Amino acid sequence: MSRVLRVVAWGIGLAVGAVGPAMAQDQTSGFVPVASSDIAREALPASPLVYAAYAFVWVALTVYVFLLWRRLDRVERELADVSAKLVGRP
Amino acid sequence: MRAANRLVPFLPVVAAVMFARAPFMIYHAPTEATMGIIQRIFYYHVPSAIMAFLGAAVCGAASAIYLYGRYRFADHVAVAAAELTVVFGLIMLVTGPLWARKAWGAWWVWDARLTMALVMWMIFVAYLLLRRFGGPGSDILAAAVGVFGTALVPFVYVSVNYWRTFHPNTNVIRTLQPEMAGPFRWAIFAFLSMFLALLVTRVRLESTRAALEEAYVALED
Repeated sequence: MSRVLRVVAWGIGLAVGAVGPAMAQDQTSGFVPVASSDIAREALPASPLVYAAYAFVWVALTVYVFLLWRRLDRVERELADVSAKLVGRP
Repeated sequence: MRAANRLVPFLPVVAAVMFARAPFMIYHAPTEATMGIIQRIFYYHVPSAIMAFLGAAVCGAASAIYLYGRYRFADHVAVAAAELTVVFGLIMLVTGPLWARKAWGAWWVWDARLTMALVMWMIFVAYLLLRRFGGPGSDILAAAVGVFGTALVPFVYVSVNYWRTFHPNTNVIRTLQPEMAGPFRWAIFAFLSMFLALLVTRVRLESTRAALEEAYVALED
């Protein structure tokens, strides 16, 4: 039991050791004034999001229609095969 | 059902024509004053949400009928409607965050409307998983899940009016300007014709599957 606890403690220690420096690097240590030309770049353009939304709708519906058609085709063919076997049975 | 099957070749053509024309109508709709062009996602986002709610309502009603009378056709309709709820719900859940990223500055917020819509969608995903992997008797359990999922729809719809949320409330549709209402109605009918075409086709798939199972049983006897 104590061996398991020791392994867990080592694991936590290693995880903290690994994350700690990364967190320290991400932490803000000073502010830099922005250049006026960068302010325009800050604004998120809307067009790619609108195109992405419309494209997703078209792609999702097209894929679903295709998959539905393929499933229906497969099941109808299988039913025709089984029905033919039933008819041909003595 | 035979009358509905006769509509199958007709409905996809209507849906395709309406879908093809929709972007042109939306392009000519006025740009919203505060949100700008990102608001144009509305013309696809809201109709997909309405179709997801409609699918849930159809699934709930058909499931209740199946629980009451064990009519196989009601079960087929319930499965088809549940699948369409998942498809149109997915469109709603993807287009919404794309709109929110620009309008709210975040892809997702865990407010009442978004969380309840996600939970509703997950219930219908659970319905389909239950039907796929549940084994014998899962149809009855799934029907109960379908009724439960449908009971959530009114709460999702009114959540924007009763809880604090970033999401626009239900008044935005009633107060739409005529220039925006025209393309919106067009998009609604485009999605509705697509929904009906897919529903009829999906019910046909489910009925054919049931006939195939019966044929296999007859072959084994």
